[in-house]
Amino acid sequence: MNVRDTAASPRVAQAWRVLHDVLDPEVPAISVTDLGIVRDVVEQGDALEVVVTPTYSGCPATEVIAQSISDAIVAAGLGPARVTQRRAPAWTTDWITPEGREKLRAYGIAPPGSCAFDSPSEGRTRGLASSPSGGSDGRSEGAVHRVRLMARNVDCPRCGSAQTERLSAFGSTACKSLYRCIACREPFEFFKPI
Amino acid sequence: MTTTFAPLPTTASASGSVASTTTESIVFAPTPLQAYLMRLGDTCLIHAQRLAEWSGHAPILEEDIALTNLALDLVGQARALLTHVGQQTGFDEDQLAFLRNERDFRNVTLVELPGRRAGRDFADAVVRNFLLAAWMNVLWARLESSSDAEIAAIAGKAIKESRYHVAHAADWVVRLGDGTDESTRRTRQAVDRQWPYTAELFETDDIDTAAAEAGLGPTRVSLKAEWDAIVAPVFAEAGLSIPATGAFRSTGSRGVHSEHMGYLLAEMQTLQRTFPGGQW
Repeated sequence: MNVRDTAASPRVAQAWRVLHDVLDPEVPAISVTDLGIVRDVVEQGDALEVVVTPTYSGCPATEVIAQSISDAIVAAGLGPARVTQRRAPAWTTDWITPEGREKLRAYGIAPPGSCAFDSPSEGRTRGLASSPSGGSDGRSEGAVHRVRLMARNVDCPRCGSAQTERLSAFGSTACKSLYRCIACREPFEFFKPI
Repeated sequence: MTTTFAPLPTTASASGSVASTTTESIVFAPTPLQAYLMRLGDTCLIHAQRLAEWSGHAPILEEDIALTNLALDLVGQARALLTHVGQQTGFDEDQLAFLRNERDFRNVTLVELPGRRAGRDFADAVVRNFLLAAWMNVLWARLESSSDAEIAAIAGKAIKESRYHVAHAADWVVRLGDGTDESTRRTRQAVDRQWPYTAELFETDDIDTAAAEAGLGPTRVSLKAEWDAIVAPVFAEAGLSIPATGAFRSTGSRGVHSEHMGYLLAEMQTLQRTFPGGQW
């Protein structure tokens, strides 16, 4: 999905390197390219257009991210930057790079697993309107479990144990939930697959 | 990210003429298709406003965080929709949110019903949240194939968020409905209070028909079967029976609101109307 052009001009290639160091203000361990939200960098005469896909509809960091990107491009002497939004296709945590996942883990945030709902129609069927038996997570429990989107086996980012439990569906930001490790007793955050 | 406010409005300018202390409302005359989108945008916006009232007041800290996170998603969805309609009508999202009169809001009445401050129960918030999340989930899924590419894109993002909303709200409906005698009693009361307002979620009028004919989005009545399929099993697991639907029809989506809407708007709009054009 990443539209990084292998035959990009030196200026565009340099812009991608600069963006690799622009951090997400809410999770300052990973960059905007680690997150997979930068979809394209295009030369527009003097200016560089950086195309960004927002993470959540209401993410309060959206404006800060756009400003940070613009500032970094200008500071690197690559000219004025114009940050534009591209909504479709919608961002998914599947676009977080392997490097980004490792950075999250090292920062103490369990990275998301592969998104089970990458196909909207399939996801909807599996998540909310499936047959009476069988949950979206494979368990055959009641109706409520069919609409539950709890990830299974979230490994503790500190000790690696799979013996963890969810404390809260929502954490300090909309993109994370709160977990606790039963083995090492440490609380941690989990980046929700979406 | 500096906060810039114009100076406080004064009642008399240097020239002696008298200025209003509040900003005048915009004149907003949407087409049927724009009105269709405003119904959804306003429903997201007003639902978010009510959910946000729980900030600092939810029964447990985790739920406090959860409800405000849900509200944040809804504000984001509302912003996208209002911005989109605003681009067609010459207004920005703030003007549409903060400078419209009550009659120009088209949210369904269910979202404007009083919450915490009117002494309503946490169970009311839980039940309403679930009924609406299920409705929006069905609606967003259908809007993914909207003939309006921007609406399809907004829906493509919102559908993912709505799944978490439904899941979270359903958890709570079961927890309270199938909880203690006290929680069961109060949840049943909340269902009885709110159910009459769900009929409006499935009414279809000329605006719906125009949207369906244009391929913009579905009629509301066409959402009912899928909504039932989400609500019924969760209610069953929660030990809640689904009330019969009576003759009462709320009319918020036509701009005729309950007595609670004016108070809600007064609070929501006061800052922008007092400091015209104020920006964060």
